[in-house]
Amino acid sequence: MSKILLHGTEAICEGALRNGCRAFFGYPITPQNEVPEYMSVKMPQVGGAFVQAESEVAAINMVYGAAGAGIRAMTSSSSPGVSLKQEGISYIACARIPCVVVNIMRAGPGLGGILPAQGDYFQATKGGGHGDYHLIVLAPSSVQEACDFTYRAFDLSDRYRVPAMILADGMIGQLMEPVELPPMRNLREIPEKDWATSGHYGKDRRILNSLIIKPEDLEPHVNELQKTYDEIYANERRAETYRTEDAEIILTAYGTVARICKSAVDKLRAQGIKAGCIRPITLYPFPDDTYSACAARDCTKAFLSVELSLGQMVEDVKLAVNGKKPVYFYGRTGGNVPEEEEIERAAKEALGKAEAER
Amino acid sequence: MKVFQKTKMLTDAHLHYCPGCTHGIVHRLVAESIEELGLQEKCIGIAPVGCAVFAYDYFNCDMQEAAHGRAPAVATGIKRCLPDRTVFVYQGDGDLASIGMAETVHAAARGEKITIIFINNSIYGMTGGQMAPTTLIGQKATTCQSGRDPAVNGYPIRVCELLATLDAPYYIERVSTHDVKHVLAAKRAIKKALQFQAEGRGYTFVEVLVSCPTNWHMQPVEALRFMGEECVKTFPLGVYRDKSEGRS
Repeated sequence: MSKILLHGTEAICEGALRNGCRAFFGYPITPQNEVPEYMSVKMPQVGGAFVQAESEVAAINMVYGAAGAGIRAMTSSSSPGVSLKQEGISYIACARIPCVVVNIMRAGPGLGGILPAQGDYFQATKGGGHGDYHLIVLAPSSVQEACDFTYRAFDLSDRYRVPAMILADGMIGQLMEPVELPPMRNLREIPEKDWATSGHYGKDRRILNSLIIKPEDLEPHVNELQKTYDEIYANERRAETYRTEDAEIILTAYGTVARICKSAVDKLRAQGIKAGCIRPITLYPFPDDTYSACAARDCTKAFLSVELSLGQMVEDVKLAVNGKKPVYFYGRTGGNVPEEEEIERAAKEALGKAEAER
Repeated sequence: MKVFQKTKMLTDAHLHYCPGCTHGIVHRLVAESIEELGLQEKCIGIAPVGCAVFAYDYFNCDMQEAAHGRAPAVATGIKRCLPDRTVFVYQGDGDLASIGMAETVHAAARGEKITIIFINNSIYGMTGGQMAPTTLIGQKATTCQSGRDPAVNGYPIRVCELLATLDAPYYIERVSTHDVKHVLAAKRAIKKALQFQAEGRGYTFVEVLVSCPTNWHMQPVEALRFMGEECVKTFPLGVYRDKSEGRS
């Protein structure tokens, strides 16, 4: 099949539309404005619903309504806007309504800046809103993946009745690359939702709710959610490994940074340093098995987590490595993206420290 | 001979409302109207946060329980995807006119083809009697214990009047439940709103004045009298928009 040149945000939209997304609700915020713009044109063409909401708060609640009625629904935003959506996401998680939320991350905290960042890792992977819950979090590293992961997010979300998030930095959102688009999914192939509130009466009626006022009822419900997260952890952890087989220093990064890290690995190898890279594809569930397998190898001397943050994913890397090998960190913030050379230097330093500490 | 029967649009669950509260009457009016119009098979209701939070236990159709103030956005999501369903929203004054004012105004401005039943009892009931956006001047609440003082607390918001400044709404009316005559008028308004929705005409909004004897610290009969004499002065009853009669 032939490829077409697409913007990251357009690829996200195409991935959604081609897997049966028929409702989009959004609010303008840079750097993801192309998502609602593209959807405002394309959604009516496939007979779906598009509403420019009055706020991110309203947008996520429109998703609650539409997805609750059984329609594949999506919203997108960028960091400050995703903070506003957290209330709704928590309700959606508790009511077990599948949907997809896109976060094209910009630099924070606060209003921050509009350039790429990865400072929302904690928010995305540890819940984000109030209460015990998780999202399925996928981190694309190319425009092709932006399309494919969004497509896949709808299936995962439906299968587990857990909301899914596409967590991409502003670079992925704003990049143009050739993409092979998946074929348009036949809506009839999508499994029926026997819980959806699409209009039933009497004994057939359905309720979507997150108020479970009796402690003896709420605890089993939360335990049930946790059981689903355990199942997702068992089945869905994904990571890409790059030249890790004999690596002494293993870089790890997701999204745009992973691409730069892979280039840095090649440069380090050219200088005789055995480097490799682990790129998590699912940030929740975190692919800890990939890390522990690498940590168990004698050749592995250290890990270096490289992030557009001041150290968020590194906490999960440390938990996964579990003290078997030292884990170091290198990060940039404010919308700055590290050069290959910076990462090479950080890798050499990490390796030096690991050898000195042995 | 059977002379009366509870509408099948209400479940047999016991209502949790306080004695003398007229929420239960409004539930019945909404449910009866839906059944009489034959809309019950394709109906989705949105419950609010507040005293009516358990509405999903009472209305005998599909229900979604929304976050505080977000019900019109939730209803928008459903109605845009399933335009042939009847979507009704049941909200109190704190939910609709305070935390959810943005959702309220914008759903109305977009002309969403939904029906909003707005319960105005001038107080936060479920949380224990705090000042509402609709608390009357001088009316006491736990967060304005000497009575609402405009210099400190501002003035009550008149939602029907506010929404009637917008072009899109098809039907806006304020009714009351303080006596039988007004309850019957309330039923007519609610039924009309649901019928307009079923006919695909546009956004419909019915504000219903309701009593709260518990938090007003009044006997039920005294509370009804207070509504009929005082509440209606701040919140005049009547039709604020009816495009079917060319009133806009």
